[in-house]
Amino acid sequence: MTGALANFDLGALARALTLRAGHNTQVVMAGAAMLGLAAGVVGAFAMLRGRALLADVVSHSTLPGVGAAFMVGVAMGGEGRSFVPLLVGACATGLLGALAVQGITRVSRVRDDAAMALVLSVFFGAGTVLLSVIQGLGTGREGGLKTFIYGQTATMLEGDARRLGAIALLACAVVVVLFKEFRLLCFDRALARAQGWPVAMLDGALIGLVVVVLAAGLPAVGVLLVVALLVIPAGAARFWSDRLSVIVPLAGGAGMAGAYAGAGVSSLAPGLPAGAMIVLCLGGVFVLSALGAPARGLGAVWWRGTRARRRIALDHVLRAGSEGAGGSAGPVAAAAIGGACGWSGARTMLVLAWARLRGLARTRAGAVDLTARGRSEAARVMRNHLLWEAYLVRYAEMAPSHVHFAADLIEHVLGAEVVRELERSLEAEEPAGAPAEGAGEADAARHGAGGTA
Amino acid sequence: MDVQRHRRAGAPRSLDALPEHSASSPLSIHALTVAYGRRPVLWNVDYDAPAGSLIAIVGPNGAGKSTLIRAALGLLRPASGKVEFWGRPYGEVRGRIGYVPQRESVDWDFPVSALDVVCMGRYGRIGWVRRVGRAHREAARACLSRVGLGDLGDRQISRLSGGQQQRVFIARALAQEADLYFMDEPFAGVDAATERAIVDVLRALRSEGRTVICVHHDVQSVREYFDAVILLNMRIVASGPVGEAFTRENLQRTYGGRLTLLDAAGEAMARGEVAPRGGHGA
Repeated sequence: MTGALANFDLGALARALTLRAGHNTQVVMAGAAMLGLAAGVVGAFAMLRGRALLADVVSHSTLPGVGAAFMVGVAMGGEGRSFVPLLVGACATGLLGALAVQGITRVSRVRDDAAMALVLSVFFGAGTVLLSVIQGLGTGREGGLKTFIYGQTATMLEGDARRLGAIALLACAVVVVLFKEFRLLCFDRALARAQGWPVAMLDGALIGLVVVVLAAGLPAVGVLLVVALLVIPAGAARFWSDRLSVIVPLAGGAGMAGAYAGAGVSSLAPGLPAGAMIVLCLGGVFVLSALGAPARGLGAVWWRGTRARRRIALDHVLRAGSEGAGGSAGPVAAAAIGGACGWSGARTMLVLAWARLRGLARTRAGAVDLTARGRSEAARVMRNHLLWEAYLVRYAEMAPSHVHFAADLIEHVLGAEVVRELERSLEAEEPAGAPAEGAGEADAARHGAGGTA
Repeated sequence: MDVQRHRRAGAPRSLDALPEHSASSPLSIHALTVAYGRRPVLWNVDYDAPAGSLIAIVGPNGAGKSTLIRAALGLLRPASGKVEFWGRPYGEVRGRIGYVPQRESVDWDFPVSALDVVCMGRYGRIGWVRRVGRAHREAARACLSRVGLGDLGDRQISRLSGGQQQRVFIARALAQEADLYFMDEPFAGVDAATERAIVDVLRALRSEGRTVICVHHDVQSVREYFDAVILLNMRIVASGPVGEAFTRENLQRTYGGRLTLLDAAGEAMARGEVAPRGGHGA
């Protein structure tokens, strides 16, 4: 440890994160990273199996086990605060908590959310009482026990870090070996049971892993926050991929990185609670993922939405421009377009500016006129519309009178690939079945598209 | 086709007279009773499925249609009774039985591709720990093609339409290469293209000598799609070939007073006031 730092020191932080901050800090950070890895990997499945809340119940339920194991350890003349007995005790009551939730929902009419709140508070209450009793005993060895509530990494010894590494190895091994089975369990339990998989056993294995990881994380992160190790990396990883085989290692990596960084930061000052720092670092990873992930992040979603709206607006301008005044593709009043689409004056200006920028339209004295490029683009849009109309009439067996409204919205999402497919399937019967409404417009569109294709 | 018995509820039935052809029947149900708590859902159901046919389970909401399937597959523990497949218990023949649950029964935002889901149909064959090999993936891909989704295998399942999702489930069942299929409302809420694709698959399965038992909610299309029917309302009201068992009288007894509504709709349709199907928006 580099001593108490009242002020934040970037150099010290850099030294810590690059493992140059002294042996103890290295041990703590490596241990935390192993814990984060195990929790991330297991948490991905726990989240997909819908077990996040149950994990919170488990983590709170470990507290009485910690107290009991401490008391037994001291009574047997031991140190009390050693890793393995506390881990065993924590696992025991954590598992008991999970079973209690299941039992209560099965035999009584209490719903599962209520059962979880009930078990969580009762077990945590029992744990708190047990800890205060231990404080009252005055054995002199209970000093660090209270850190189980908020977590403290400073007391982590090299052996502890090794054991965390072993747990991470175990978690990864189980997940790799049972990947296929866990995937089926999390996606479709009915099929798993019908195929004869021992669903209760697989569920038990998953919950067992959750319990072990949570219990192992107690000393470092604490009862209150340890569930974050499971849930946050998995949630963050979900933003980056739609593949389970990618999400699981990503969650492991995110957990590892967050725990490593959090432990490093908290080592800079003894006053910084390690558990909270780890959770904050994980939270940072989550926020970055939520905002910045390319496909599912909020930024990408916002951008796609904006682009789609802009495209829909442009399509309206193109249609209005090509339909013109009374079918002759002449200039149309800008105000008329905006009025027909329900746009404000400012929005109309913006849309038209965009159309000009794309080289689709010209505006002169408040009137909009399509360029050659705009006209061919308009033909494409209207052809899409027409194909949709025909598609809806033929395939969806919808009343033709309803088609127009629906198609007006759907044409904006028609991709080129779908259009080609529709063309192929419709071309055979095309001449006979043109919709009666707006036949002239249909012809114009078809010719226009033929010219640009 | 096997000898069909047309039993009616309350008809006398001696306990020792189990059907002698049960070994050749893909599904024999004997005195099956299922209860949720104290409320019976299925009451003394007896049935022998004819091999190589498409069978519809028809009945009102809460009649126990899904329960019958789930009990047959051992997903529910019956209060009493016995279900056999080709004369053997489910545990011995589960590899020959495929299952399509209701579409809403799973989370379609789950991070798997359509092909991943279809591969799950082969997990039973692959067994513990082993990965999904290339041969299994190819088989799964072929099943996707059979339901017309050959080019959507890599798409994440939330980006499929409802009908496509249903077809993925059908493909997954095909990947099980079973001889008997249970499908829970495969036609519920699907588009016309999917309905046709599923019907094609069902007919292909029948022509291969396989048996399909579907929970079916649309009384109108039973005659068109199915060979045999089970009219269910807690007990079996009638069962047998569609031509014999699917009568107005039996439907009336299955649906009770609610069929009058269907009658009114049917008459309106006959007068041409309502489009037969897909006309919900009108």
